[in-house]
Amino acid sequence: MAVSPKATDFFAASEAGAADHELQRKLESASARHLEHFAEVRDEFTPYENERATARAIKENALGRLDELIVELTEKLTDHDCKVFFAASADEAREYIVKLATQCGARHVVKGKSMTTEEIALNPALERAGIEVLETDLGEYIVQLRGEPPSHIITPAIHLSKEDIGELFHEKFRVSYTPEPEKLTAEARTRLRESFLRADFGITGVNFAIAETGTLVVVENEGNGRMSSTIPEVFVALMGIEKVIPKLSDLPHFLEILARTATGQKLTTYTNFLRGPRADGDLDGPREMHVVIIDNGRSAMLSDPVLRESLMCIRCGACLNVCPVYRHIGGHAYRSPYPGPIGSIVSPSLIGSSTAYLPFASTLCGACKDVCPVHIDIPRILLHLRWKETSSPAPPPWPHDAHRARAGARMFARLARYPRIIRFLGHIAAVLVKPFAENGWIGSMPPPFANWTKVRDFPAPRPGHPRPANSAGKSIRNGRS
Amino acid sequence: MNEVQLFSTCLAEEFFPEVERASATILQRLGLKVRLLKSAFCCGQVAFNEGFRSEALDLARRFMAACDPAMPIIVPSGSCTSMIRIFYADLPFEDAELTAKAAAIRPQVYELSQFLVRVMKVKRLGARFEGAVAYHPSCHLMRELNAREEPMALLSGVEGIRLVEVRDREECCGFGGLFSVKFPHISGAMLSDKIDRIRQSGAQVVVSNDCGCLMQIGGGLSRAGADIKVRHLAEILAAR
Ligand code: SF4
Repeated sequence: MAVSPKATDFFAASEAGAADHELQRKLESASARHLEHFAEVRDEFTPYENERATARAIKENALGRLDELIVELTEKLTDHDCKVFFAASADEAREYIVKLATQCGARHVVKGKSMTTEEIALNPALERAGIEVLETDLGEYIVQLRGEPPSHIITPAIHLSKEDIGELFHEKFRVSYTPEPEKLTAEARTRLRESFLRADFGITGVNFAIAETGTLVVVENEGNGRMSSTIPEVFVALMGIEKVIPKLSDLPHFLEILARTATGQKLTTYTNFLRGPRADGDLDGPREMHVVIIDNGRSAMLSDPVLRESLMCIRCGACLNVCPVYRHIGGHAYRSPYPGPIGSIVSPSLIGSSTAYLPFASTLCGACKDVCPVHIDIPRILLHLRWKETSSPAPPPWPHDAHRARAGARMFARLARYPRIIRFLGHIAAVLVKPFAENGWIGSMPPPFANWTKVRDFPAPRPGHPRPANSAGKSIRNGRS
Repeated sequence: MNEVQLFSTCLAEEFFPEVERASATILQRLGLKVRLLKSAFCCGQVAFNEGFRSEALDLARRFMAACDPAMPIIVPSGSCTSMIRIFYADLPFEDAELTAKAAAIRPQVYELSQFLVRVMKVKRLGARFEGAVAYHPSCHLMRELNAREEPMALLSGVEGIRLVEVRDREECCGFGGLFSVKFPHISGAMLSDKIDRIRQSGAQVVVSNDCGCLMQIGGGLSRAGADIKVRHLAEILAAR
């Protein structure tokens, strides 16, 4: 993989995020709210654990015969007069959609929420072609107004407070400042309504594609997905190959777990079933419906026995909400439309080498794996990707200090094969640093441990010098280390 | 069963040498003979976690050569136990004999508290420790080994102890092995939240079952000038 010059941006961006306490406060309270809502609805209908297991089994089965299912889906969609385009890469998908929009003479595009359009960087390409693009999901609308990418796959404006949004609207729309969510929503709604009526081209993502019936399912809470897919004359749905599920009867299991884990709802407000353009006698619906099915690295993931599991993801965002790294650096730091734990395992395949560090930027704490509704073993995949990156012909160029730490670890691992030598070196190190220790801790260490003492003290090594037995309690009382 | 093997781990040997004796003492008091695994130094986790798989394989081979698959192997660390018990299965051993040996050893490897509670079925060890103690559950212990109750059950059986609750105690301390020095800013931000919550808890001692967490949390407490100590679980359970 060619390494883009932006690769090391992650370090600077995550450093900025890690220093932003206000951001951390917002993310903490947003995720706490998420988790609270989830806990309330967890076992509301069918037992959650059963639904999880069933959903995973269905995905497992679907991934095993994805080729068949895609053919079946394509046939059914074509029967319903949809035009299906299969895009091997992001470039192909983007060019197809931009060309289509240009040929239709589109002037105003409205979009429902779609991370896949972020993956192919569609908006800037449409804008370059002189077409206005409007995000209609409220969160997406807000970040678009700020000229920012979304920072979370479910709640794109999670990094903003209601005060931030109040100020944004005041500045952009010249309305009087208010932090009241109801008023802000009403303002956005009025503006969005006008745009919907003007729109001539609609784009949305897809949550599930049912092969058996040729139905695309889009879930949302604001009705904007429904309007984006029915008002404009031309409608395009963009989906990754992994979104396909075999049967209509599989769908309820996914609707159950997605609503609960993504937003803590029993069911999302709108569940749209899109099957084709309007037929004779229909009162609404687009004149043309196009379905773009994109691979862009997915079939390579499918053929990797460990990575394959990541294609089961239903993009619920729960792993972001529980991830301590995400919560401390925010979504923008990841430099990928897919941030957080799921982003760290799919970005290297879907976005490219600029995200090669992401699998390393984890403590492997496993909170993501615990919460994932389809039980994706994210830590195991992170470990797999670390190994793949490390053994690739062009491993990512590490910043100097991180490189040094990695080289040190490798050296240690090689020496640790000889226990006597490594123990001897351990004793020498202890003697060397002893003068610098105070109460058992050292405030400043040379490389490769210098980064350690940037943020906390280092324990003075003392191999072979245990604290006296049974002193644990006494030493606490005497205040010794 | 009357004999077990004890592998004290590289971090414990270098930074918390009392862990080995404390663990051995606990096991001996239960009438077990303890054989120390000294011809291995490290399970290979640090190499494995960085993607250096051939180095990890070497260390795993060394570790497996040191132990007897017919006898339980006790490891006073959640993450090293996970490495051996779970992740050795992901190592591409090149010959069938080694693969078979790994398969035989993995289920014999127990993290200390799990061994005590699940295998030896004990909760009270006759330990005595006075002070306000906060237990920090290490991530691998909880989420890879699923030991959520065992350490607390054992701590509750210690006489004189006063257990205090740290808010969001299940959140990672930010250590993550080399993560702590590759991404010190993220690791430090996570740590500083952890330290704040520990200070709010009124704890005098933070107890954990992973030396990595003890280094991280202890280092954070020392940097913050807090008069709060870190101790390994085994030390508390061996104290009298
Ligand atoms: S990996 Fe799991 S938890 Fe994360 S977004 Fe996907 S389905 Fe949700």
